[in-house]
Amino acid sequence: MRKPGKTLAPAPFDADEVRRLAEGLKALDGALLPILHAINDRFGHVDERAVPIVADVLNLTRAEVHGVLTFYHDFRRAPAPRHVVRLCRAEACQAMGADALHAELEKACRGGPVLVEAVYCLGNCALSPAALIDGKLYGRLDVAKVLELART
Amino acid sequence: MAALLDCDMGTPARPGTAGVTLEIDGMAVTVPQGTSLMRAAALAGVKVPKLCATDSLEAFGSCRLCLVEIEGRRGTPASCTTPAEPGMKVSTQTDKLAKLRRGVMELYISDHPLDCLTCAANGDCELQDMAGAVGLRDVRYGYAGENHLGQAKDESNPYFTFDPSKCILCSRCVRACEETQGTFALTIDGRGFGSKIAAGMNENFLSSECVSCGACVQACPTATLIEKNVVEMGQPEREVLTTCAYCGVGCTFVAELQGDRVVRMTPHKDGKANRGHSCVKGRFAWGYATHKDRVTKPMIRASIADPWREVSWEEAIGHAASEFRRIQGKYGRGAVGGITSSRCTNEETYLVQKLVRAAFGNNNTDTCARVCHSPTGYGLKTAFGTSAGTQDFDSVMQADLVLVIGANPTDAHPVFASRMKRRLREGARLIVADPRRIDLVRMPHVEAAHHLQLLPGTNVALIDAMAHVIATESLIDEDFVAERCETADFQSWRAFVSKPENSPEAMERITGVPAAEVRAAARLYATAGNAAIYYGLGVTEHSQGTTMVMGMANLAMATGNLGRPGVGVNPLRGQNNVQGACDMGSFPHEFTGYRHVSDGPVRAMFEAAWGVALDAEPGLRIPNMFDAALDGSFKGLYVQGEDIAQSDPNIKHVSAALAAMECVVVQDLFLNETAAYAHVFLPGASFLEKDGTFTNAERRISRVRRAVKPLSGLADWEATMALSNALGYPMHYNHPSEIMDEIARLTPGFAGVSYDLLDRAGSVQWPCNDKAPEGTPVMHIGGFARGKGRFMITQYVPTDERTGPRFPLLLTTGRILSQYNVGAQSRRTDNVVWHEEDVLEIHPHDAENRGIRDGDRVALVSRVGDTTLPARITDRVQPGVVYTTFHHPETGANVITTEYSDWATNCPEYKVTAVEVRATNRLSNWQAENSEFRRRAARIAPAAE
Repeated sequence: MRKPGKTLAPAPFDADEVRRLAEGLKALDGALLPILHAINDRFGHVDERAVPIVADVLNLTRAEVHGVLTFYHDFRRAPAPRHVVRLCRAEACQAMGADALHAELEKACRGGPVLVEAVYCLGNCALSPAALIDGKLYGRLDVAKVLELART
Repeated sequence: MAALLDCDMGTPARPGTAGVTLEIDGMAVTVPQGTSLMRAAALAGVKVPKLCATDSLEAFGSCRLCLVEIEGRRGTPASCTTPAEPGMKVSTQTDKLAKLRRGVMELYISDHPLDCLTCAANGDCELQDMAGAVGLRDVRYGYAGENHLGQAKDESNPYFTFDPSKCILCSRCVRACEETQGTFALTIDGRGFGSKIAAGMNENFLSSECVSCGACVQACPTATLIEKNVVEMGQPEREVLTTCAYCGVGCTFVAELQGDRVVRMTPHKDGKANRGHSCVKGRFAWGYATHKDRVTKPMIRASIADPWREVSWEEAIGHAASEFRRIQGKYGRGAVGGITSSRCTNEETYLVQKLVRAAFGNNNTDTCARVCHSPTGYGLKTAFGTSAGTQDFDSVMQADLVLVIGANPTDAHPVFASRMKRRLREGARLIVADPRRIDLVRMPHVEAAHHLQLLPGTNVALIDAMAHVIATESLIDEDFVAERCETADFQSWRAFVSKPENSPEAMERITGVPAAEVRAAARLYATAGNAAIYYGLGVTEHSQGTTMVMGMANLAMATGNLGRPGVGVNPLRGQNNVQGACDMGSFPHEFTGYRHVSDGPVRAMFEAAWGVALDAEPGLRIPNMFDAALDGSFKGLYVQGEDIAQSDPNIKHVSAALAAMECVVVQDLFLNETAAYAHVFLPGASFLEKDGTFTNAERRISRVRRAVKPLSGLADWEATMALSNALGYPMHYNHPSEIMDEIARLTPGFAGVSYDLLDRAGSVQWPCNDKAPEGTPVMHIGGFARGKGRFMITQYVPTDERTGPRFPLLLTTGRILSQYNVGAQSRRTDNVVWHEEDVLEIHPHDAENRGIRDGDRVALVSRVGDTTLPARITDRVQPGVVYTTFHHPETGANVITTEYSDWATNCPEYKVTAVEVRATNRLSNWQAENSEFRRRAARIAPAAE
């Protein structure tokens, strides 16, 4: 099924495709999350216009779908830039200077094609500071390394 | 202000008898299995601090204020989510708990505006109460940190405001919307610090899925969701327990007032019909009671061409009485009559029919139930022996299958619909039989197993086809039928429905419902366990309305679905007091308790009690009155609280009949459509202005209590009494309770009813007598009221109203959530934001054939009349069927409907009219003429001093 953290280039909204994805998964127990993942993966984000369609397919209200959608940071509400760096901000990485790294990255990436996001623990504490860069895990990072990895 | 008798136990009651004994703060208490520690504490008289818990909702455990300590256990569990166990020793107040609670409160208050003195909830705020209860003295975190203050309010709903800056995220509103109302319109947007309550997809309340039932406002512990009236006026200072005057659910409400001004109406938790819930009408749409259109002075005029002249009560009553006597002298005793109202109280209705029978000396009394549920009375009486539904509303919580026929509960009976939806979410199955795809067919968390989308006018064909399946597939409950029903009638019914012409395959051509779907639905109904039928005017308002009622009774008897909770045949009554108006002897052929006027001993009893000779011949029904008026033999009419010139079918015919009368007396809150033809106007009193009782759809008699004095000086019963006295037939009652005492003396089913009992019990369901001193929630347990249940042959006979080349479409009518019947009340409230005009629903296929686009104005034409209204293109209706509501006099949907009626009761066939629809850009002639006529007819002459 879906590859964790993988972010595709954004595709234009397609109501029929959203409905098709939702119909295909609606028989699952607790189908809402798999459907939102499928849409997120397919389009790179979950467009607001997808919410009423998913609600209709699952016979839920817009409010219920919206509540779940906005609860999880992994579901994007808008197309992401080309590259996403999900930098760990949890304790072990903090101890290894992740906060400073974050500040430097923010500065370096502002307005560019690389989006820096926070994540709390990737289970890679022995190799802090760690980050997921475009879905792939890396450790012992510094600014230069991150930028190099993100731009390739 | 805490609602009347309000004591929030924190979590809902658990069923069963007390079985768990434990100790709370050293006090022993015994509670049913599954009861929370919080509720157990409340039962022991101990209040545990709480914010997210309330006893109308399941425990949530989020506020962390209700922590307790349990001897021998580690930690401090939340008392709302911890069930009581035998032998527990619970402490609710320790130093440790006090510290924890104070710490929690500090966090809440660090992100809450400190404007208690100017806050609308001041005096009615649980957050404020809890800050006091835990002894909050300072907030160590200060107020300078990140916070949620200063967020924009959502004022989109006309009745309540949403102020997110005061929100503590207890989720009570979200849970109330889900559990209590079943709409699921609210959610939490985001997570953590960014969490906030959102309607829909973070929309405003008005454009979200919210139906404005008020459950969230009721549940909110702070000023976040609060009535705009409270914001404007402040907290109420007194309370009056009363009953809503809208639909037949009959919700118990607390009128909360400042002096003689109503601040708000809140649903009463102990109300047995509504169980603490409400809808947009009862909760919010009562402003009509003080609307500027209210007429509060009696008025008379010599001719309907004249302007009205305000006069004293004495002059108006005297004039009416002398006119009625003059007419009777000139045209005969039977030339006058009266129409009672299902909007008025039992006592008022009783007095009007008594006036007609005793003072007019004839039986020309009828009620608006004639045009809604008269077939229910006739059909159920024939089958079971009682003219009423068989169950209480609570019964639905034990149903395994719900069959909804010709009813739209989520619009017309919303509070009951919420209970029904709750049961459906618990797993009960649903079958809907309706020409239109009503919301219940598929709405969030509800999906019908079958939607039998029949053509209007083919109910009997459908029910016969279902009966055929049950009879021929060995689905009959033979033991029940053998023990409880008349054998010979049953055998002939079985033979009748088993005929091939009644099979689903044969009926498919008539009903349009696929035979396989009918077979599956019939099997489901017969085998689901407890199967309950709920029906509305889509059953009764047909030329075979009575036949269909009998058909449903047959189905229930054949499958043994009677005489216990969870089953039955249940009419959803349109108006607050339809049941009561029928019980009170409003029909021309029956005294109270459905006893025929030709019954000698009964009549003798009434003659003795009333001291006057009574007519043994039934009088005129409403349509007969109109016909007789046009013949010239019926000249005077007293109409209490009903707008026949808008609500009865074929308005042009009704108008002509009214115009032919010499004295029409209208008693109403407003100058309604009928008043345009009246000579005497008696100002009515709203339900807030009088004492009395209403009887709801489950036979529940509930008190209406006077909250303010009548604006016109007299309650309706007082005006009727004065009219009777002026007619020379003396009536003297000091209070409506004395009228009820008289009713109880004369009516076996009401023998035990008194205001004392109602005050004590809250409400009671008739029969209430020596055999059932506390009333009867479920009828026909162990045996039918008539002895043995009676099967009736229900041959399908098509209505004479047929489509053809000139009128190829079928019109059916109904109502919507925010408006009520002819709209006299609901149109005069902010409910118009949801429905400002009637629209015609038409299928895309039919619209395209006629070149009609969504929103176009269209002419709706039948053989009796035409009107113009906007079209809404939707596949809710099937091809060949159009639908509209009848809430607005400007539309006049009943200009279109015809005079065809039920064979047994003359209930009009509102639900089937052959029509044509075409695009137009002008009003119909009737609309143009009528609007000018109405304007002229409502003129009031300046007061002559």
